[in-house]
Amino acid sequence: MELQVSGHSTYIYTGGKTPDPALPAVVFIHGAQQDHSCWGLQSRWFAHHGHAVLAPDLPGHGRSAGHALASVDAIADWIIALLDAKGVRKAMLVGHSMGALAALDAAGRHADRVSRLVLIGASVPMAVSDALLEAAANDEPAAMAMVNGWSHSQRGLLGASAVPGMWIYGINRRLMERQQPGTMVNDLRACHSYLAGATAAAGVKCPVLLVAGSRDQMTPTRNTKTLASLLPQAKVVTLHPAGHAMMSEQPDALLDALVSFSYG
Amino acid sequence: MTYKFDTLSLHAGQTPDAQHGARAQPIYLTTSFVFKDTDHAAALFNMERAGHVYSRISNPTNAVLEERIAALEGGVGGIAVASGQAALHLAIATLMGAGSHIVASRSLYGGSHNLLEYTLPRFGVTTTFVDPRDLDAWRGAIRPETRLLFGETLGNPGLDVLDVPAVADLAHEHGLPLLVDSTFTTPYLMRPFDHGADLVFHSATKFLGGHGVAIGGLLVDSGAFDWDKSGKYPTLTEPYAGFHGMDFTEESTVAAFLLRARREGLRDFGACMSPLTAFQILQGMETLPLRMQRHIENTRKVVAHLARHEAVAAVAYPELEDHPDHALAKRLLPRGCGAVFSFTLKGGPSGPKAAGRRFIESLRVFSHLANVGDAKSLVIHPASTTHFRMSEDALGAAGIHPGTVRLSIGLEDADDLIADLDRGLAAAQKA
Repeated sequence: MELQVSGHSTYIYTGGKTPDPALPAVVFIHGAQQDHSCWGLQSRWFAHHGHAVLAPDLPGHGRSAGHALASVDAIADWIIALLDAKGVRKAMLVGHSMGALAALDAAGRHADRVSRLVLIGASVPMAVSDALLEAAANDEPAAMAMVNGWSHSQRGLLGASAVPGMWIYGINRRLMERQQPGTMVNDLRACHSYLAGATAAAGVKCPVLLVAGSRDQMTPTRNTKTLASLLPQAKVVTLHPAGHAMMSEQPDALLDALVSFSYG
Repeated sequence: MTYKFDTLSLHAGQTPDAQHGARAQPIYLTTSFVFKDTDHAAALFNMERAGHVYSRISNPTNAVLEERIAALEGGVGGIAVASGQAALHLAIATLMGAGSHIVASRSLYGGSHNLLEYTLPRFGVTTTFVDPRDLDAWRGAIRPETRLLFGETLGNPGLDVLDVPAVADLAHEHGLPLLVDSTFTTPYLMRPFDHGADLVFHSATKFLGGHGVAIGGLLVDSGAFDWDKSGKYPTLTEPYAGFHGMDFTEESTVAAFLLRARREGLRDFGACMSPLTAFQILQGMETLPLRMQRHIENTRKVVAHLARHEAVAAVAYPELEDHPDHALAKRLLPRGCGAVFSFTLKGGPSGPKAAGRRFIESLRVFSHLANVGDAKSLVIHPASTTHFRMSEDALGAAGIHPGTVRLSIGLEDADDLIADLDRGLAAAQKA
């Protein structure tokens, strides 16, 4: 569906069902250089199991208009604006990578708007290497190749997709290529410069689930432990084997973790 | 790190069997798969969970083959079907319906030509055939109702090299995708997606399998074509009543074509591949790089020998400087121009057609049959077999001389192949 959020046309995937405002809302927030389609299976399941699903393309990503937001707190504010635009008082936020930082920031600064928080492939801080930032600024194809290589476990790099016939490495590559030029460096800089994670974590009042990939090179599991120490209420689930791209590498295991948490 | 072509040929799409540790890909010779519970069943049917339901739609062995070809081609996924013809039909049927139009190279495999020229018009889909070397002809044939441009990487029978970058650019200027039949080149010799093509299909019966024991087809999507932006593909961009009102491009930004092709095409047309066939083709693909190297090595030796033989009037192979696409071949096919080519006999006292028959009947290593891409060398004389009903004038229009012979060079010792051909050429000169 199309919705005006903060003055821009925004595309929101709803999992194949029109969201019912009477149902509990779940917002799926994608990561850097991605769009809503990274959540295909998980968002579809929730939409068909008693939830109102909102999986937006963030501003400047996918089908949404506007420029990519320059900071994590701006994305967090935009998520709250999205809830306002849809008339949703409180929602479960599910974020991946950059989207996880935005979900954390939103939950920390707007605790009364977030019922549950799921952070997938998250670390605080989320430092990005100089080499990757440099490539993202000057050689996007090289940056995409770096990110794609680091986003998958060895098993993921050889495929064995849970969805029959899909080559997940190729899908991630093409999805990154679809984004507007300049999006990647914007997103990576937003992740790199976000230093308010600990403060945000202190403000989180809702149940939290942290999901880590056992072979994640982008946000290694040791970082998940650090984040867990900031969120003492958090439950931690590690998917094995999985790299950073857990939605495609371990779609069923991730969904099981989300379902268990959402009904827990 | 990411893996390179030869490694992907062996491993892409497969992990050792988790239960038993089988290193080879198991053959899941089963029609259907047991659900964990009713919710799991519903979730599989509704694309909320990944997995297999029924082997007409998907199968674990086939899925490995599909991923492997997608990895080798640099695409986002693949679909295994019953034959190369089924792959071509699936691509067309997924993209268009009655009233649509295709622009295709006139240098096509006969089976593809039959489908486009004679069969699809009965279902309201028409085709304009153009000289693949004439970019203006491609451009001039595009109409408002055109939905696809289609050619072969190496055309039939003269090995016209398709200028994939130029034709792809032209297609994209008109908001259209380019479909390429890559059977003769395989991803080892050319990856059409790297040059701008949007969809690729293979008769996997040929070089991908390589053993001549299994018929199969593979359809691969680059994931790069923007169906929404084009606005010409309602099958992909509008809700489909036949599958929960799904809008496939909303569902998957880059794999919408494959979703529709599997969820509608395999479901309704049903041209699925047997898991046993998928296993057999996978066995071939494991050695694709090694086999293609040897195919090319042998072909170059045979071509060089024939090109200087006194009984041979002409050899059509793009690596030869007199081939019209020599320069293009050097750019697009630096690893080689395949192992299937034609040459023309000068003919003996009774003329080239008789010489062709005598040549074929004198061979001992080459097998006389209607296939290409086998590990074994193959030969056919079109004027006395596939095109025997045609007059000499009609043969000429099709680019076939009465003395034209098509060879598919296999993996035997090149010396034995050349000796066999010399035997046939000597006999032909006397015929």
